Amino acid sequence: MDSAHGPGGEPAYDFSSEDCREAIHTLYHFLDGELTESRRLEIQHHLDECSPCLEAFDFEAELKIVVARKCRDQVPDGLRWRVHQALMEASNGGPGIEHT
Amino acid sequence: MADQSHFADLAMEHMSSLYTAALRMTRNPADAEDLVQETYLKAYRAFGTFQEGTNLKAWLYKILTNTFINSYRSRKRRPEQTELDEVEDLYLYRRLGGLEAALAGRSAEEEVMDHFTETDVKEALESLPEQFRIAVLLADVEGFSYKEIAEIINVPIGTVMSRLHRGRKALQKALFEFGMQRGLVAPVPESQGTN
Repeated sequence: MDSAHGPGGEPAYDFSSEDCREAIHTLYHFLDGELTESRRLEIQHHLDECSPCLEAFDFEAELKIVVARKCRDQVPDGLRWRVHQALMEASNGGPGIEHT
Repeated sequence: MADQSHFADLAMEHMSSLYTAALRMTRNPADAEDLVQETYLKAYRAFGTFQEGTNLKAWLYKILTNTFINSYRSRKRRPEQTELDEVEDLYLYRRLGGLEAALAGRSAEEEVMDHFTETDVKEALESLPEQFRIAVLLADVEGFSYKEIAEIINVPIGTVMSRLHRGRKALQKALFEFGMQRGLVAPVPESQGTN
């Protein structure tokens, strides 16, 4: 699959061949799972043959995971309580429930 | 027609995602809390129109996003920035890939990505103009499909793709700039002399 490994990932690689440009152009659709199956297979085939593109795809995939993982926030306890209270008031037909 | 008495059971589990999104939108914890509370109240009152069996999380996000756009944004009177500088494809990779040779063992990308703190990532995302920020947030943080995002923000799917594409590249540029400020990454020299 990747017999000619070479010094993949060189920054100097310019992704200028038509196949590479095509692959980079569809990179986000590929990673987002938004390609048709036949299109996905075409790109996958290119990645199997082209280590610079594969490395670039891996990098972007990893970045996407890092963004998702590092963008989480803890819900303040007070907010859960506030929302519960607000929903209870709304279900009782508006304000007027006992406040503690 | 969805039964209001089931609302809390079904909807409360999404609070953590909604709060995260609200924080990225408002960039302010007090506003984010208000936005989440208002979203839950509106969703509760409108729950009768929710089609049971369809995507509740997407429906809640639609209410959150609309509420933000209609009330919080205008409250701040922040002009909506709709332009972004053109950023090349693979912006971050082209810059971090260059460090690989300098570090033995682990790949330089992994090294640098590990060093981006939560604050770096959140601030980079929050630095994007609103429409790009919301698209990236919905796709990359929340994992919605293009079609779902199009429905949530009520724009054609082509617009979603374009905002996402440009927003992600701008996010990479912002991350790289944070990385440089914190000394995690150095500017890639124009020409490599020796090796």
